[in-house]
Amino acid sequence: MTLALYVPRSSVVHRMHAGVKLLGLAVLAVLLFALPTLTAAGAALAGVLAVGLLLARLPVAVLARQARAVRWWLLALLVVHALTTDVRTGAHVSLRLLTLVLAAAVVTATTRVNAMVAVVEWLCAPLRLVGVRPARVGLAITMALRFIPVLIERADRIRAAQAARGGSPRGLRALRTTIAPLLVQVLQMAHDVSEALDARGADDVPPPRRRRSPTLETP
Amino acid sequence: MKTRDLAYIALFAAIVAVLGTLPAINVGPVPITAQTLGVMLAGSVLGARRGFLAVLLFLVLVAVGLPLLASGAGGLAPFAGASAGYLFSWPLAAAVIGWLTERTWDRYNVALGMLANVLGGIVVIYAVGVPVLKVVAGLPWETALWSGAAVFVPGDLVKAFAAAAIADVVRRSYPVIERPRRAVDTR
Repeated sequence: MTLALYVPRSSVVHRMHAGVKLLGLAVLAVLLFALPTLTAAGAALAGVLAVGLLLARLPVAVLARQARAVRWWLLALLVVHALTTDVRTGAHVSLRLLTLVLAAAVVTATTRVNAMVAVVEWLCAPLRLVGVRPARVGLAITMALRFIPVLIERADRIRAAQAARGGSPRGLRALRTTIAPLLVQVLQMAHDVSEALDARGADDVPPPRRRRSPTLETP
Repeated sequence: MKTRDLAYIALFAAIVAVLGTLPAINVGPVPITAQTLGVMLAGSVLGARRGFLAVLLFLVLVAVGLPLLASGAGGLAPFAGASAGYLFSWPLAAAVIGWLTERTWDRYNVALGMLANVLGGIVVIYAVGVPVLKVVAGLPWETALWSGAAVFVPGDLVKAFAAAAIADVVRRSYPVIERPRRAVDTR
């Protein structure tokens, strides 16, 4: 199962620091709204395509897939603005959106999930002040990534078992006989994982200070 | 926060993700997905705080580039899309559902659970999602309400019921929400 949208290539864009790319994305968004002209949006789109396709050498399909995801919205924007204001505004607004979506897709496709997680941990650093520990955020992300394939596998196993017994229960029966027990099972699994982690020192509580000498005290 | 809580949070983030692999039905700019079922479950099984964090974690996973939204969308693009408001409303919805569930925990049943899921999972989501859809897509209120809320309500009611029925079973066999116990009268 391929989980990431990352497309491995050896390019300048890929090697760039994930934080820099995210910052660039934010700057682009601000600029596009600060310069609301069709020319600016068109130039930005050309720039994003040049970076994505020429510099990062991403396949067209990768960008096309993200563009397809927003096609209804683009169409709606164009039609509504053509009816209420004018076609030019509609073209501008939808072009700006397409540019932002594609720019985000370029960042995503050229940056490994690990690097993004590192940026998330780094961004969480100020939250230390309110008691959030960035390493714990990273741990939660890692666990969730591990649980996704496990959940799919468990659900498949139940489906296969039911098919072997001649079909699966449907409707309300399925909720009580299949889905709820599956949920209880995976809750127990999550609990076991947390105990295993704690046993290996992932515990929330920092270890107590060691006494000066590790010898046993005599009563 | 204990490691166990982190594990539950990660689990429900994963559950919302896996529900996104079920096929979505496209009806205009915002698709019908099973993922709001996961949002409702997160709130009604984990409670307000952990439910909120679980859905927030899911959104972080999407933002860092995993194609976990229904229809395989992912990355930062969906947060600029027509349904961005719905995404941002999800953690809030889980929190409201969780809060209501915690309040009714001692006498929780499918009907009360469904009420919580409707208030948090339907009212909150549309209260945030529809205005964002209206503004970003520049739609008139009528169109936004119709294409962004009305078509989903029947499916949402089914999901609210399903989540409550599941949460009710889980509550009886593996309760995760803990209510402070009343002092036992020892006289």
